[in-house]
Amino acid sequence: MARKTARPGRTLVVFFLVMAIAYGLVALAGTWKPTLGLDLQGGTSITLRAEGDPGEEALDQARQIIDDRVNGSGVAEAEVTTQGGNEIVVEIPGENARNLIETVQRTAQLRFRLVACSTVDGRCATTTGLPEGIQIDPSTTLPQDEGQDGGQDGDESQGRNNRAALGAWARLSDTQGDGADGSDGSGGQGDENSNGNRNRNGNGQQSPYDACVAAAADDETTAEPLSWIDNPTTACVDAFSQFQASGGCQQGAAPVMGDDPAAPLITCDEDGIAYLLSPAMIEGTQLDDAGAAIPQQQVNYVVTLSFDGEGTEVFADISNALVGTEKQFAIVLDGQVLSAPTMEGRILDGNAQISGDFNETTANSLATSLRYGSLPIAFEDQPLVETIGPSLAGDQLSAGLTAGGIGLAIVMLYCLLYYRGLGTVVVASLFVAAGITYAMVLLLSETANFTLTLPGIAGIIVAVGITADSFIVYFERIRDEMRIGKSMKVAVEAGWKRARNTCLAADAVSLLAAVVLYIFAAGVVKGFAFALGLTTIIDLVVFFWFTHPMVSWLAKYRFFNKGHRLSGLSPETLGVARTATGGNA
Amino acid sequence: MGRFAQLGNDLHSGRRGIDFVARRLVLYAVSVVLIAIAVFGLSYKGLNLGIEFTGGTQYRVPVAAATQDDADALRQAVLDSGVEGASNPIVSTAGDDAVQIQVEPLSLEEAAIVTEAIVATAGVSADDLSQEDIGASWGRQIAERALVGLAVFIVLVVLFIWAYFREWKMSVAALVALAHDVIITVGIYAFTGFEVTPATVTGILTILAFSLYDTVVVFDKVRENTEAMRESRKSYRQAANLAVNQTLVRSVNTSLVALLPVGAILYVGAVQLGGSSLQDLALALFVGMAAGTYSSVCIATPLLVDLKNTEDEVKLAEKRAKARQRAAADPYASVPNFADDMPIHNDPGVEPPSSR
Repeated sequence: MARKTARPGRTLVVFFLVMAIAYGLVALAGTWKPTLGLDLQGGTSITLRAEGDPGEEALDQARQIIDDRVNGSGVAEAEVTTQGGNEIVVEIPGENARNLIETVQRTAQLRFRLVACSTVDGRCATTTGLPEGIQIDPSTTLPQDEGQDGGQDGDESQGRNNRAALGAWARLSDTQGDGADGSDGSGGQGDENSNGNRNRNGNGQQSPYDACVAAAADDETTAEPLSWIDNPTTACVDAFSQFQASGGCQQGAAPVMGDDPAAPLITCDEDGIAYLLSPAMIEGTQLDDAGAAIPQQQVNYVVTLSFDGEGTEVFADISNALVGTEKQFAIVLDGQVLSAPTMEGRILDGNAQISGDFNETTANSLATSLRYGSLPIAFEDQPLVETIGPSLAGDQLSAGLTAGGIGLAIVMLYCLLYYRGLGTVVVASLFVAAGITYAMVLLLSETANFTLTLPGIAGIIVAVGITADSFIVYFERIRDEMRIGKSMKVAVEAGWKRARNTCLAADAVSLLAAVVLYIFAAGVVKGFAFALGLTTIIDLVVFFWFTHPMVSWLAKYRFFNKGHRLSGLSPETLGVARTATGGNA
Repeated sequence: MGRFAQLGNDLHSGRRGIDFVARRLVLYAVSVVLIAIAVFGLSYKGLNLGIEFTGGTQYRVPVAAATQDDADALRQAVLDSGVEGASNPIVSTAGDDAVQIQVEPLSLEEAAIVTEAIVATAGVSADDLSQEDIGASWGRQIAERALVGLAVFIVLVVLFIWAYFREWKMSVAALVALAHDVIITVGIYAFTGFEVTPATVTGILTILAFSLYDTVVVFDKVRENTEAMRESRKSYRQAANLAVNQTLVRSVNTSLVALLPVGAILYVGAVQLGGSSLQDLALALFVGMAAGTYSSVCIATPLLVDLKNTEDEVKLAEKRAKARQRAAADPYASVPNFADDMPIHNDPGVEPPSSR
């Protein structure tokens, strides 16, 4: 018992220290006003226009995926709607949402392919018979050669087919402008439909790329990419050499082949290296999760991937086949090679990383795009971005806050009247709960894009009110214990034991609701679940580490344990005779 | 305060109390009527779903320099047009030179009225207005996922209550109380015609969590009392009823503490601001939390007693308690008949019946 009486003071000190640290973090973050939601503060609106006519179903599907991407954590409360027959409008709270454009409109078709050859390793040049006269010089495609013009390559190229391909290439570049950096979504499904046409040159002759796709479809080894890369379809090797001959990975070049998972692919990476890739072995849909992180002992961000069961098996096969060789696999996003690493060790657990030129923002952006799946449609470049104002009149916020404040003031007044001395503990607990809630809202605004809408504010006011229930349960228990004749010191602990179990069980139900809804639901419901979980945890924290020690501490004072008239624990207020015999004996 | 305090003690000791369990048929009847009204309202009037669910039309009004005042003026103008589908427009400035107004799908005549109101207020010609259909931001998929989440939660909470109280009948009673609260809350929406927005959905979910929370608090006391059923020589019915009465002060206090702020928000939202997203949410919370406290006491516990009454042990306890009660009420019941003029009350050997 001696230990117990020494404890409440210490618990309180630790509690206030933790609170001080929380506010210290807030001070470091430097914002003392929470981010307000679309209804109170307005934000940024991004209008994406689909390429071509996507159809209602695909548009709605895209809307859903974009919704998931911007509301992934469920706390930002962004709104995503379709508009007209071919537009999606994304409204994001806050004015600095422009960096979300990439996340929002990236098609995010992720595929794992194997590298048959690239302009750096030049394997294709040695394994197959190239048309005579073509020499592959890796240096011509390195990034420092960006300024190289098509004409120079054209001189090296031989044969009519090559020139025809070059013509088609140039036309493509014209129609697509500079939108070929691969991350703009132009490699999506939208391209695949029209790809066949685009790759036919003016004479109606089959382009080398179509020839490659057709030949690969007949080639039996295509289904076995691991052996295919050692002996790629000849037509594809030809197409690859023509690709280089016709300019390779020039700046501003458009993709020449649609990103068809069943067919080989000739494409580039950001550094201008061209690759001939096998058909896809793993698809983005086989990802369980994606995230952004800095691996230990490294400085650059990577995007971490974890595959699902089937993806894990396939990746393990790739890993076994490629480990210890110079062979590469390629991670292809929207038709462009993100990175083409060699396999440095056997990876059997289905966890992989994409390294590259990432910073925190770009890594998170890519991870978010991957996590919520790829878009079924591609969008035009240069979406309309504008600032939108709040959708509620200015007086609503202050009116809502005033109303909530008055309501809570009445609650405190009532508690003081009813519980007298103990009422001060309720009031203090409510203030502490409100203080922690405010600090958490500020911290989460900063770290998780948490935004406060008017309904959200109302919800928090209500939650603080519900928090008071645990104190009421506790105080009623203490009074019950005293009614059956226990002294205050004993009653405080006996009542605590019972009230604690009651509150833990009841709060467990709330927490269960919060966790389940957060996992399963999306959008507003997810945001609600987040807020519910947060306020329930705050309730428990305040109850365990503030209210209880506070009452134990107060129980040491004569004012309370001798039952002063204003303490809320006097025999009169308990309704028992001074002798405290109680009626339950 | 003195008398109220005395009441608290009497409720705790069981000296005074309301026999909720005995009046359960009346309480059930009240709730059944309320639920019937709610269901009738739902099927007859239906819910007034907001733009977020139905989609609608968006007008883009060009203005010289878009300010919040322009948006407020246009919102008021659209509201004053009295068109039903435009009773809750979403109005905001867009960029520097436009105001966008979203309303629910309108008929041609209604659209004409709204357009006229906009044109008159903004001082632009009708040709300058651009008009576009917008889809629902709350798609079917979100609703489906929310429902899946809800279903999983219900299953888990049934298991949780079962495991915690070691009593599946408590799970059933808690679920019935939950359905009771949610149906009544949704019914209120159908009757008032308040718009159902995503905020309403969060309000209803809050009710869901609160209803279960409150029921668990009451049931915790019920279990505590009924565990000691044998020693306390009470029937399950009596023990449960005592628990409800013992937690009655707490129930009243909790509902007051939770309802006061909501009431204040509801008042400001509905009366002072005259219709806003605040009122929609506050109404759901107010009705639902009141129902939540009510159902824990008046529905869940009596229902639990009814469910338990089929158990042998409970029946036996009930029989014993009844026998004791008979004995207490009429200690002479088992005494052989006496002659009519026998002066019993004058007999010094007989104690007056005890108050218990």
